[in-house]
Amino acid sequence: MLRRLLRTAAIGVALLVVGFALMYAMVWFAAIDKTPDKILSLATAQFFNALAAGGIYILVAVGYTMVYGIIELINFAHGDVVMVGAFVAYFISFKFLGYTGAIADPLLLLGVLAILFLITMPLLGLLGVGIERFAYRPLRNAPRLAPLITAIGVSFILNNFVQAVVTASPVPTPQLISLQSRFLVFGASIPWLYVVIFIVSLGLMAALQLFVGRTRLGRAMRSTAQDREAAQLMGVDINTTIAVTFFIGSALAGAAGIVYGLYYGQIQFTIGFFVGLKAFTAAVLGGIGNTVGAALGGLMIGFIEVSAVVVGLPRWSEALVFAVLIIVLVMRPSGLLGVSTAERA
Amino acid sequence: MSAAAKVMPRRPGLRERMREFAGRHRSTTILLGMLAITLVLPFIVLLPPFSGFLTQNVWVEQFNTAGIYILLVLGLNIVIGMAGLLDLGYAAFFAIGAYSYAAVASQFTGIHIPFWPWLIMGAIIAALFGVTLGAPTLRLRGDYLAIVTLGFGEIVPVFFTNSAELAGGTNGISAIDRPSLPFDVNIAGQCVTCFSASQPWGFYITMGLILTGVLILCYRLQDSRLGRSWNAIREDELAASSSGINTVTTKLLAFAIGASTSGFAGVFSAARNVAVAPVQFGFTVSFTVLAMIVLGGMGNIWGVAIGGFTIFVVQQVFLPQLTNFFNSVQVPILSDIDFVQYQFLLYGIALVLMMLFRPEGLFPNVRRRRELHTESAGAEELVSPDEATPEV
Repeated sequence: MLRRLLRTAAIGVALLVVGFALMYAMVWFAAIDKTPDKILSLATAQFFNALAAGGIYILVAVGYTMVYGIIELINFAHGDVVMVGAFVAYFISFKFLGYTGAIADPLLLLGVLAILFLITMPLLGLLGVGIERFAYRPLRNAPRLAPLITAIGVSFILNNFVQAVVTASPVPTPQLISLQSRFLVFGASIPWLYVVIFIVSLGLMAALQLFVGRTRLGRAMRSTAQDREAAQLMGVDINTTIAVTFFIGSALAGAAGIVYGLYYGQIQFTIGFFVGLKAFTAAVLGGIGNTVGAALGGLMIGFIEVSAVVVGLPRWSEALVFAVLIIVLVMRPSGLLGVSTAERA
Repeated sequence: MSAAAKVMPRRPGLRERMREFAGRHRSTTILLGMLAITLVLPFIVLLPPFSGFLTQNVWVEQFNTAGIYILLVLGLNIVIGMAGLLDLGYAAFFAIGAYSYAAVASQFTGIHIPFWPWLIMGAIIAALFGVTLGAPTLRLRGDYLAIVTLGFGEIVPVFFTNSAELAGGTNGISAIDRPSLPFDVNIAGQCVTCFSASQPWGFYITMGLILTGVLILCYRLQDSRLGRSWNAIREDELAASSSGINTVTTKLLAFAIGASTSGFAGVFSAARNVAVAPVQFGFTVSFTVLAMIVLGGMGNIWGVAIGGFTIFVVQQVFLPQLTNFFNSVQVPILSDIDFVQYQFLLYGIALVLMMLFRPEGLFPNVRRRRELHTESAGAEELVSPDEATPEV
């Protein structure tokens, strides 16, 4: 147990070091003023940027990968679930609790954040279960095209419901964690918020791993993903297991929504689309169906996105991520950590 | 003479004879039917309920846009309905067709290639892009294709937005050349060969001709060897490839032909709107066309065409009229609602409900219906495991 934990930690640290080295090289190439000090501080700043962005994608990508792993459906509505999560978080923190900006008192901040996560995540989980119950479950044995089209329908319902009923214009979200509280490392001043996002993301991932690996329900999930019929014959309640999968995936999407609001400080009904597309790319990159792969892929997408900014092409980040998606699908459809699955038409 | 010989076969009625004629001469029937529809539509809108909404020329203008959507629907029907490939970025090919014409027929580049040859070129260019996107991705599983096309559909407008020098950026390209003919024909005071904003008749007739051609092509394709291969792939790709169908080429052809129809529509719409901009080609276009196909009945050519026409008229004419109506009568709650704003919410709900309760669409294709209602097909292995095994 301890050895496995240490090994995982070692691999994680190694990956981060490699990421930092790549970021340093990228900044060095793009920089005009090649003073080592400046490049080091710039690279550090961008490195933490990538960690924060990657943290959000990790949370979203895990939802995609879990749902795909268990019922082989690309849940197009997942990005919009993130968007709904961001709006729920906005309503709780701004409308109910009345906060407009940063909270200085650390204890109070911790309390507010705890309330935010404890309310938003179960609410969004229930939304996911509802979507599964009414839109996907009746079509579980239909031809593949049917649930895919339903998923798009659900995505549009969520999207346009928020647009028509809540608001169509961008909404400034309260950035509860001040961007002014920073720490210095390698001459770069980094907002604590970025570190918090990454730690929240990693923490939720670790909790998920424990849940899937160590509990009865987690074992039911794994067996259902492997062979639904055989799992059923062994007494696994398929419907509950799939509902739980949707609950967890959507709750994580809710967490991603909260974090999105804190990070960007502005939300709109359209944000779900690109977050969804990038997170899906992350899931494919890591090997769809594999939660650790999704985490790895999410982090990589964060780095790719920030790299686009570093080399001076911020507006092309979506196109770049999309190019990565196509390249991965062509060169290695099973992803980095995935096992190749047989064609099931 | 025996009594039996006296029983003459009943002379077939007009309806039966028409049906028999339609079965034997399908292309001629389409030609005659389209001719009748094209002639009748402009006069129907002069009748009371319709004439109250818009004037005749505006109606014709709306029909032209409806024609563009029907073209898109027919093209996407080849991809989704016949070949069963979920293409969610169909608007991208529409955009490529439109931008290709805008680039060669405007002040933006200073080149002025006439409309008529480019109608074909635009289709070819769109088909080439279809092949370029399809070649690497069509080898993959069906749902990966959906997400790749979704991404492609979103990236193409982003590309046009970001490349200001190449495509005019956010504002797009304007002052595109209109088509022209070397002669003028006037019928009943309307110039039917003019292509101006106030005289939409030239576009109307052109669209009628294009649609007739595409409809004939679609029906002929459906019954061809290629069309039957598409059906086979849609129903069981593994079985189709075991039967000697080259699945990759066949799917690629579906992609290319579908994209070329979209290219047609793109060139036509660029010439008609005299301007192209990235916002015209967003995901909403792809989604609207998808909703039209699902409502009309995937795979049924005339079904999707009618579905497209109906949704278009509802969206463009009746929803704005409904909003105006409730605004004018000042009903407390209803007058504040902008019905147009809710249209995509309605499409989303319609899409989900259709898939749950009537996946074959309003005008179903027979083979497709059997496929979607697996329980009535009587195949044992298709019965869901939930029903086949008792609850544990």
